[in-house]
Formats: sequence, C-alpha cells, structure tokens
Amino acid sequence: MRNASLVLGLVLATALTLGAFIAPPPAALAVQPDEVLADPMLESRARALSKHLRCLVCQNQSIDDSDAGLARDLRVLVRERLKAGDSDEEVLAFLVARYGDFVLLKPPVKPTTWLLWFGPFAIFAVAGLGIWAASRRKRPATAPAAPLSAAEQEKLDALLAQDEHPPSRPPSDPPQRPAS
Amino acid sequence: MIVEAGHFALILAFVFACIQIVVPLIGARRGDDALMDAGRMAALGQFAFILAAFLSLTHAFIVSDFSVAAVAANSHSAKPLLYKISGVWGNHEGSMVLWVLILALFGGAVAGLGNNLPPSLRARVLSVQGMIGAGFLAFILLTSNPFFRVNPAPVDGSGLNPILQDPGLAFHPPFLYLGYVGFSIAFSFAIAALIEGRVDAAWARWVRPWTLAAWCALTLGIALGSWWAYYELGWGGFWFWDPVENASFMPWLAGTALLHSAIVVEKRGALKSWTILLAILTFLLSLMGTFLVRSGVLTSVHAFANDPERGLFILGLLLVATVGGLGLYAMRAPTLKTGGLFAPISREGGLVLNNLLLGTGCATVLIGTLYPLVLDAFGGGKVSVGVPYFTLTFVPLMVPLLVVMGIGPLLAWKRGDLPGVLMRLRAAAMVTGIACLATILLNDGPAFAILGVTLAVWLIMGALTELADRIRLFRGPLSASLSRLIHLPRSAIAMTTAHAAMGITVLGITGSTAWQTERILIMSQGDTTEVAGYALTLEKVAQVPGPNYTAERATLQVAAGGRTITTLYPEKRRFTNPPQITTEAAIRTTLMADLYAVLGDRQEPGAGGQGKAGWTVRIYHNPLVPWIWIGTVIMVLGGLVSLTDRRHRVGAPARAQAPGRPRTA
Amino acid sequence: MIRVATYLPLAVAAILAVVFFWALSGDRDPSRVPSPFIDKPAPALDLAALDGGPRLTKAAFAGRVSILNVFASWCLPCLAEHPFLMALAKDGKAQVFGLNYKDKPEDAKAWLAEHGNPFTRIGTDRNGRAGIEWGVYGVPETFLIGPDGRIRHKVVGPITNDQLKQLRRMIGDLGK
Repeated sequence: MRNASLVLGLVLATALTLGAFIAPPPAALAVQPDEVLADPMLESRARALSKHLRCLVCQNQSIDDSDAGLARDLRVLVRERLKAGDSDEEVLAFLVARYGDFVLLKPPVKPTTWLLWFGPFAIFAVAGLGIWAASRRKRPATAPAAPLSAAEQEKLDALLAQDEHPPSRPPSDPPQRPAS
Repeated sequence: MIVEAGHFALILAFVFACIQIVVPLIGARRGDDALMDAGRMAALGQFAFILAAFLSLTHAFIVSDFSVAAVAANSHSAKPLLYKISGVWGNHEGSMVLWVLILALFGGAVAGLGNNLPPSLRARVLSVQGMIGAGFLAFILLTSNPFFRVNPAPVDGSGLNPILQDPGLAFHPPFLYLGYVGFSIAFSFAIAALIEGRVDAAWARWVRPWTLAAWCALTLGIALGSWWAYYELGWGGFWFWDPVENASFMPWLAGTALLHSAIVVEKRGALKSWTILLAILTFLLSLMGTFLVRSGVLTSVHAFANDPERGLFILGLLLVATVGGLGLYAMRAPTLKTGGLFAPISREGGLVLNNLLLGTGCATVLIGTLYPLVLDAFGGGKVSVGVPYFTLTFVPLMVPLLVVMGIGPLLAWKRGDLPGVLMRLRAAAMVTGIACLATILLNDGPAFAILGVTLAVWLIMGALTELADRIRLFRGPLSASLSRLIHLPRSAIAMTTAHAAMGITVLGITGSTAWQTERILIMSQGDTTEVAGYALTLEKVAQVPGPNYTAERATLQVAAGGRTITTLYPEKRRFTNPPQITTEAAIRTTLMADLYAVLGDRQEPGAGGQGKAGWTVRIYHNPLVPWIWIGTVIMVLGGLVSLTDRRHRVGAPARAQAPGRPRTA
Repeated sequence: MIRVATYLPLAVAAILAVVFFWALSGDRDPSRVPSPFIDKPAPALDLAALDGGPRLTKAAFAGRVSILNVFASWCLPCLAEHPFLMALAKDGKAQVFGLNYKDKPEDAKAWLAEHGNPFTRIGTDRNGRAGIEWGVYGVPETFLIGPDGRIRHKVVGPITNDQLKQLRRMIGDLGK
C-alpha cells in the first residue's frame, strides 16, 4: 500500500516537476461535436465564456480545455442558458452563485482583488515616478551641456562603435576600495 | 556497485562544495593565491564527482536496474533507449542531479575559464557558487536520494508517464535548467561585488556573457517547452499562463531586464545598484520557481504527491539565499557610487524604460501567479487567476515596450535627439502604417490582430533602420556599407537580430491567436471536411502497434485545389505501463501556417447525438504559428552572436589595474 | 530614503516567505472550493426518488435538521465515509437524504443493498444537473441543512472522524 502510494506519488511528482508544460493533461477530448451549437454566434459566445470558467476538478484549466465530466456538463449548461436567452453576465452570475468567485478565471474587481488588478499599474506608476524624481534630483544644477556638434557626435559614434576603449568615467567618481 | 559509487561521488561532491565555500573566501580575504586557487580545484572536483554520479544514475536507467527506487518508479524495461536516458531527469530525484550537475558545470567554467577575472573576485564568485551547490547537494542527499535501493527489486518498473515519453522531454528540461541555474553565476557575481563593494564597467562586462549564455538557454528551454505543449497536448495552444510556466517566465523577464541594464553599467557606469538587485532577483526567481514546482503549493490537486519535507528544505534554501542576497544588498547597495548622468531622452533613458516595463511585467506575472495563495493565506477567500487576467494586465504592459524597442536603439547615449530619431524612422513608420492599413482591410479576426501586426512590423522595421543607419545604407556606395556591416561589433548585429526576432515572435503569437480556425466533428470513413481551403478526407482508422503502446491511427488525405498534397496520421496511443492514453497530433506546416489534426474517441451510432458512427476529429488551422518558435530561435541565435563579440568572450578584458585603484580611460 | 528603499525587496520576500511557509504547513487543501451557499437558503431541488416513492424536494428539509449526501456507486471514497453516514442515521437527530449522482439506479440499489442504506429518501440525479444547482464538483459531498432550510455546513470529500464529530456537534446545536 505504502509502496503503491509512493509510486503513484513519484509518477505525479514527475509530472509536476518536469512538467513545465505538461501540467494540463491531453485535452484533445474537450469540446465534443455534439455540444456545438448550430448558431455560430451563440457558439462563439459559448466558447468565449467557457474560456473564462475554471474547471473545478482540474488542475488549472478552463472548462473549454478540459475533458472532465463536470467540465462537459458545465459547457452544455452554458450553451443551454445562452439558448434560453441569458446574457453573458447572467450565465457567469448563475455559476458564481453556485460555485463562488473561484469558478471565474478572471476574478471580479472588488476590495480583495484590488491589489491583483491595480497592483501592476500601481507598481508601474510608483516606480516610474520614483525614476522621474531621481532623474530630476540627479540633474546637474548648471545648464545641461550643449549638444554635441555633428563632428563631435561622429567622433563619439566612432569611438563607441569601435569600443576598444573602456567607457569613460565621470571625473567625480572617486576611487573605490574593496571592502575587505 | 556502480550505484553505490554514484552515491559516494555525490557525497564527495558535497565535501568539495563545502571546501569551495570556505577556502577561497579565506584566500580572498587574506590575499592568499594558493587558497584562492584551491577554490578552483574544489569547483572542478565538485563538477567531476557530480558528473560521475550523474553517469552512474544514467547507467542504472539504461540497464534498467530496478533495485534503484528512482529507476523502478520511473522506468520500464520495454521503454525505448532515448526515453530511458531522458527518464533520468524525468523524475524528481534525477532532475535534481541534473540541476546540480549544471550548477557545477557553470562553477567549473568560472574556475577553468575565468583567467581574466581578478583572483579575489573569482574566489568569491566560486565561494557563493559553492554555497548554492552545497545547499542543493544536501537537499538531494537528505531528502531525494536518487540512489536509494529497494529490496527486493521489482520485476519491472512502473514506467514513465507517456506524455513524457517524447523527444521534448529529452531537450526541454536540460535547457530550462541551463537557464535557471546559469543565472546563479550572475547572482554569485553580484554577491561577490557587494562583498568587494565594487561594481564597475569591467564587472558588467564579466557578468554579461554568463547572463547572456543563461538567457539563451532559458529562452530556448521555454520555447521548446511551449512547442512540446503545442504538438503534444493536442489543441494547438502554446502558452497557458499556468503557474509552472510562469515560474520559468519570471526569471526570463528579470534576466532580459538584467541583460539590458548591465549594458548601461558597462557603457555609462549608471544603474549599478539596480543591476546588482536584478542579478540577485533573477536567480532568486529561478529558485522560487524550483520551490513552487516541487513543493506543490500551487499545483494543488497533486498535493499528496509532494513531500512537505522537500518543500520545506527548498524553502529553507530559498530563504537563506534571499536573506543573504537581499540582506547584503540592503546593507551594501547605498555605498555603491553611481555615475553617468543622462537626460531622460537618451539611450540610457530608453533602457531604463525597458527595465521599468520588463520589471513591472515580471511583477505582474508574480502577482497573478501567487495572488490566489496570498489571498487565501490572509483569509481573503479563494480566487482563480487565469488567462484573461494576464491578457488584461501583462499584455498592455508589453505594448509600450514594443513601441520603445523600435526607437530606443537609435537614441544616442547621454542625450538623445527624439525628433531627429523619429525623422530617421520615417521609412519604418511608413511601412508600419501600410502594414497596419493592410491588416485593417484584410483582418477577419478580432481587433487586437491589428495592434499586434502593427507593433511587430514597427519593431522589425525599427531594428532594420538602426542597422541601416549604422552602416549608412543608401547614403554612400553599397560597398562601403557592406564593409561597415562586416566591421560592425557583433553585439550590434546581435541586438538587431534579437529585436527583429522578437517582432517575428509577436507576429506568430498574433496570427495564431487571432486567426485560428477550428473544426470539431464526427467523421466516418470516406467523409470529407473543409478547413481554411484544405479538404480533409478520412480514409481509415487502423490499429498500429508501437514499441510500448498500441495506437489507433487515422489516415487523413489533405487536398487543396483538387490536388492531394499530403497525408496526416493523427494517433491515439494506449500505453500499458503506466496505463494512459495520449493523443499524437499530426501537423503539416508550410512555414506560414500549420494544419493540425487530432484523433478523438470512436463514436458509436446514435451515441454521438447526431446518430452517426465514426471518430471525433479535430482540425485546426493555425496561421503564423511556426513564427513563434522561428522568432525565438533567431532571438537565441542573436544572443549567441553577441556571445562571440570580442568584448563578451569569457576570456575578455581584465581589470586594467590592481583592485583598489580606479581604472583610467 | 534610498536606504529604506533598498530594504524593500527584503520586505516583500519576507511576506512571501511567511505565505509559503503557511502554504506548506498545516492541512491546507488548495483544491477545496468554499461553498457560497453557507448560511443561505438551500437551492432548488426536485428529483425523482430512487425507489419510485415521492420526489425529493426542498420541502423535505422543512422543520428538521437535515443532511444531504451526494454519493454514487462508482465512487470509492463514498465507501470510506459510508459507516459514518450509517452512524448519523442511527443517531436519529437529523434526517439523512441522498443525492445519487450520475449513477445507474440499479447500480445504486445494489450498492445500498450491499453496504446498507442510511438514507430516508434518495433523489436521482442522472445528468448531474441537480449537482450543479448545488455547486457540487465532486463525489462525495455532504451538506448540513438547518430546520429553517438554510445550508449551514458543507463537507467536501469523504467524511472523516473529525468531521463526523463536528457534524454531530452542529446537528446538536441546530436541533436546539
């Protein structure tokens, strides 16, 4: 018994470890021909909705990608509700009422997910402002040096292109000592 | 016997790693050359013994020695030789041995090739490498011994998960690890620099080739993995934003940012502290990826398969590396003197923006991947974060990045002339505009296709403009331009190549997501269906034996314009050891698009809802999808070209003077 | 300012470390989905009875503490929790109902005949639609319903010893 679970564990561990990309099992059997709706508009809405709904019994798949029985039931249910005239929002609300927010692959925006939704843009804004502030602080008090003349620019380009020379060091840079 | 020798070699490698930690560190502090040299010997010794251990484990897999637990659990005597070998890293224990082997390979390379490095810096780098090596060797020896024997030995092994019995497994993990683990060198260089309190252009030059090599390997590893998923999983997807994929994508984003910020340190002496932080974070993200994948905290359904003890051990290692690395950074970074003033509109400014966007992108992937876990930990309930989230957050961040990628390389260092650069990009902008209009007119898919094509063309044209500018194309005799091209620094060619390749990949991603066609249907023998101008006829479905499976193989004739052009043979394979069914998609590629066929279940009459007997068949037409991987391969080639640049060769310039004195220009 | 900022990565790492440690320790089951029905009125239910008797509807829950157990003859873990359901039925403090999920009636009957029948009434859910209505995503699952018809607790997976104790305690509290 212990051995069996060890072996099973190892097989699964393998799937996980190696599986940078194999976490989802082969999903070729996901949407079945008999599920497909005749109305292409409804069908494409159903497909789009399915991609937003998590298969609850699977690892990390949408019901559109999964061949699990429950995923199939949910796909059929989504199509039935669409045929009955539900809007996309109503279909999602129907499932959220039964399975909670967990069923949505796109979490709703609410206080507990503010950090998730606005975090990336907040990081971008704060870091951007920080860089902007730092660059202003570092700007020399005197007027910036006049742009290089064309001849100077060419010379510099040549130097940089050649790049045999190590980069120049600003004169203000003091000698550095190793810490030890 | 060989197995015990392998185990012993692993123990000896651990001893060498410990020597590698202590001896060179003391040597560097005392300025004792002999002690510092001993560190090199220890690094080479560590590599040699891990190699011996790895080979002995490989031997056990090849000869199917089922008295070894790892072999019994993951191999089978009937498995083809290739998969017996790749099966060595097809399991937790063996893959960890590969992990430390690559780590020791990099350490050995620094020891053997780093003749240009100042001895004290090299000694400290090796010492840090030794710490990482010792940590993971201890992890293997204490929790994941691959040489553990079982008595009595089973008659045969349990076999390898059939999905892993694929050439993809042979190549994807080693490249992924080369990338992950290769970033350890950048980490070690950063720590050594913090200990020495010295970060300068020379440091940036030394660290860059290692980072570049690791980046190339990781790029290739991720691309191979995504390609493997594309042809193996059977529905034409290539990226799923799965936590395990994200675990490899985060170090890639951070490593890409590091490659670019190191240029600024090298050329201008600015961004030192940030670059050090990136070098540390890139490797920490790799370690975190290892933790996430092996602890099972995210891939939850299989939680029982993961030993919490192992998870704790890796978490401990991650913690030590984090506290050590980031703690040292927090203490030492403020003492790093930064030079190199620059205006916001300049090459440096462009690279800072690149870092800001890549850094935010990396943070976004991190937030999206860990948010369900963090929210649950703080009692905020359960949420799922899937593809739609990343489409709405990560993708918008990459749009400005692609725009800037077209402009940044043309800006001058220190102070750029944006109006002038935009003038030079006139032609590129015109071509982009035409491409945009053409897409608007021809597009029958979603609107984002227009944005994707426009950005990709802009990027490619921008990269080509930069190159044309450099060689003064059309502004003098062609021969002069050609001679300039030949004498261009390889790193410049590399940049153009890599940036343009990114454009190709973006086109591939756009085309395959926007314009995919899909047909799912039941086909009986002789049925014909049409997909994207191809007529596919199901000739037959036959039973075909394989080496360790039996397959149902469909024969699909593909005709276009009334002429048969090819035959596709999608398969459904039934493995017995372990019992599992896999689908083998059949793919016909014209580099412009893939025709992709998958065989599903047999349908009995009446059962399929349409009262029809036959087989479920899925056919996809994926336009431009090969460009995703063509682009990444070209990107990697660009990286390799850059590696051959004189300045980046591992044996390139030494610090001009003894440490402690500034270099003169 | 910059000095403080350099500690920021360490601070973020510290928070993540705490989360990871929490994730590893304890018996957290990340695949468990909390039910949105807790303390809410039970959803619709109207199923044909397995034995052909009166249909199983929400009305059956009125006025008494009830348990609704989702089970199937093909479900191995159901066998593991079966004795506990028998025990709960024997307690007599709550009515025990069954929801026979995606099962053939004859299989279910044979299974109950072999292992004992703890259920006062069983609804058959051949297509799993009632299961979806109740937010069922696996078998077995067990709902505890108060006399007011509100769902008070849900056990996902087989009932364990600890959960049996908890169920008994809650049944006692609800019955007061």
